[in-house]
Amino acid sequence: MQSTARSFKDNVDTALADPNLQDSLSKLKVGFSERRRQAAERLPEFEALRDRARDIKNHALANLDFYLEEFERKVTALGGHVHWAPTADDARRIIADLCRSIGARTVAKSKSMVAEEIGLNEHLEALGIAPIETDLGEYIIQLRHEPPSHIIAPAVHLTKDQVADTFLEHHSKLGFTRRLTERNDLVAEARAVLRQKFLDADVGLTGANFLVAETGSSMLVTNEGNADLSNTLPRMHIVLASIEKVIPTLEDAAVLLRVLARSATGQESSAYTTLNTGPKRPGDLDGPEQYHVVILDNGRSSVLGTEMQDMLRCIRCGACMNHCPVYGAIGGHAYGWVYPGPIGAVLTPQLLGVEEAANLPNASTFCGRCESVCPVRIPLPGLMRHWREREFERHLTPKAIRQGLALWGFMARRPRLYRRMTALANRLLALLGRAEGRYRTLPLAGGWTRFRDFPAPPAGGTFHAQWRRRKP
Amino acid sequence: MALFVTCLVDLFRPSVGFAAVKLLEEAGCTVEVPPLQVCCGQPAYNSGDRATTRAIAAQVVEAFDGYDAVVAPSGSCAGMLTHHYPSLFEDDPAMQARAKNLADRSHELTSFLVDVLGMTKVAARYDGVATYHDSCSGLRELGVKQQPRRLLASVEGLELREMTSPEVCCGFGGTFCVKYPEISNAMVGEKSADIAAAGADTLLAGDLGCLMNMAGKLQREGRAVRVRHVAEVLAGLGDEAPIGEPGGSRR
Repeated sequence: MQSTARSFKDNVDTALADPNLQDSLSKLKVGFSERRRQAAERLPEFEALRDRARDIKNHALANLDFYLEEFERKVTALGGHVHWAPTADDARRIIADLCRSIGARTVAKSKSMVAEEIGLNEHLEALGIAPIETDLGEYIIQLRHEPPSHIIAPAVHLTKDQVADTFLEHHSKLGFTRRLTERNDLVAEARAVLRQKFLDADVGLTGANFLVAETGSSMLVTNEGNADLSNTLPRMHIVLASIEKVIPTLEDAAVLLRVLARSATGQESSAYTTLNTGPKRPGDLDGPEQYHVVILDNGRSSVLGTEMQDMLRCIRCGACMNHCPVYGAIGGHAYGWVYPGPIGAVLTPQLLGVEEAANLPNASTFCGRCESVCPVRIPLPGLMRHWREREFERHLTPKAIRQGLALWGFMARRPRLYRRMTALANRLLALLGRAEGRYRTLPLAGGWTRFRDFPAPPAGGTFHAQWRRRKP
Repeated sequence: MALFVTCLVDLFRPSVGFAAVKLLEEAGCTVEVPPLQVCCGQPAYNSGDRATTRAIAAQVVEAFDGYDAVVAPSGSCAGMLTHHYPSLFEDDPAMQARAKNLADRSHELTSFLVDVLGMTKVAARYDGVATYHDSCSGLRELGVKQQPRRLLASVEGLELREMTSPEVCCGFGGTFCVKYPEISNAMVGEKSADIAAAGADTLLAGDLGCLMNMAGKLQREGRAVRVRHVAEVLAGLGDEAPIGEPGGSRR
């Protein structure tokens, strides 16, 4: 997927001016966080589970080579194949080769953020292989040629009316000529259209929430059951996952599942939790003849052992974006690439480079709400600050900010000079602002006064000046 | 004990500092204001300038050396001292020990009054309906939530009416509000609507940055809400001109 993270500020302007998006976001902000809060409250051990979830992922990351190789051994023993993809290019090539090896024409896909990360759909289309998104949200945005705007609710930026228009435009040639207005009718129509595509697909491609080393299973949760059709009906099942998805045991998976659904949607459990453990065995009624797991690195292993390793704990629940006031204001597309919100502000600079994604870790107030809800306790603001420090070291911080900081820093380290300067500033601001008590415009503060008044200090001097006078 | 005035209170709202002094003195503390203090360093810290942050932090550690407690009328600045200073000196054990020592002695004002001094009520009167905004660092780093409410409940004439989302960020974020003014505006616009919907005539919070941001937005939108720091109301200084309103200091 082509990144537009560089034009973050333009993306923000577009997002803030989009009434449909703002309408959708106003619902998302209340809904997800309220459901998550209730789910967490209903489970007394939720906070303890978050600690365990964090520890499980930390342990897996500290022994990643061991668990990945263990996973590979198990998959191979089951008759499946593991393919290692160091880069996005490698992953695309491996998947395309697998598809061509059986002359595949269509691929039924269930939602995979890693597939978005490697731009898989565009690549397959260029080779004449049709990828068909089977998750409802993904299907909608595929019809609209849009990227996902949320990692678990890819079409959350759209209103029901926009979906109705999209379906009418694309489904009327299939005989569905009535414009629908009810949610259930829209779902039913998508189901009818997609059902035949499942039956026709040559390859089913799914992501994975977890790769279980102990059993060689890939584990996937959905609320639509589409992944189960994607991985049982076609002849070949390809699982695409990144290296940090591996965990030691099924027992560990149980812990992670308990925090995942609650954090994501407030459900106790997703509607479907599926374990895929190798290809169809003799005697099985159905299942794929071939089972492949493509494991992507794409720069992640370089984070191992660094202070940024915490980002690899992410289990992609989306709670950080559901609770982020910045995401709530601008939506996911403004972030410009696959992963939006706080986790995107941490991952994107790692995966695309800090030059490309310089704005993302800066566009945060560090309010800390993301960290307070993260099921694996990723210190997201701290990781964003890490990127700001890398930017500052490399002189990527905007010049005006650097100069302002340098001036302020110079004074802040000289308390006596600082007192004189602030006393002067205080007197000026108090004097010129005394009639109104505030400023509607102020030199050098346009970013502030464009949208709000700037309070003037009352007359009488700074606190320190007044304190000196008070003292005997 | 020492008062960490904070740079915003020093420059824009001295009455908050005096309110803090009054509350602490009435609780029996001897309050000093170390003259070497300036700013906690957050502008540099949040802009990625670690070297400047360390220099300022070292200066703050020095300025507050030896006091049994350091109290700030700000969750954000207190959080900087307690949660972030020690990590700045990981390569300097001697300095880190001093930073940890300062962190252990530092408190946000309402949390110090309630959690440390055991204060349960204040002798103050304020006629109005107030709503309280939970500033982010105080809430999430220091657990400041019930302390200001508990004390406000004892203020005569004051009714506290909660807004729908008191814990959602107001969009200030230090330099964030001028680096991304459009996003900040969207956030504070939503906060302003939430405040108005609560039907309060007064907005209170424990951090001046957030208060200036929200006051500026409320005033730009022409909403008749008086904005004050919680310390002012608790100390009985509620007759000061509200933030951003004309009228000089009464001292």
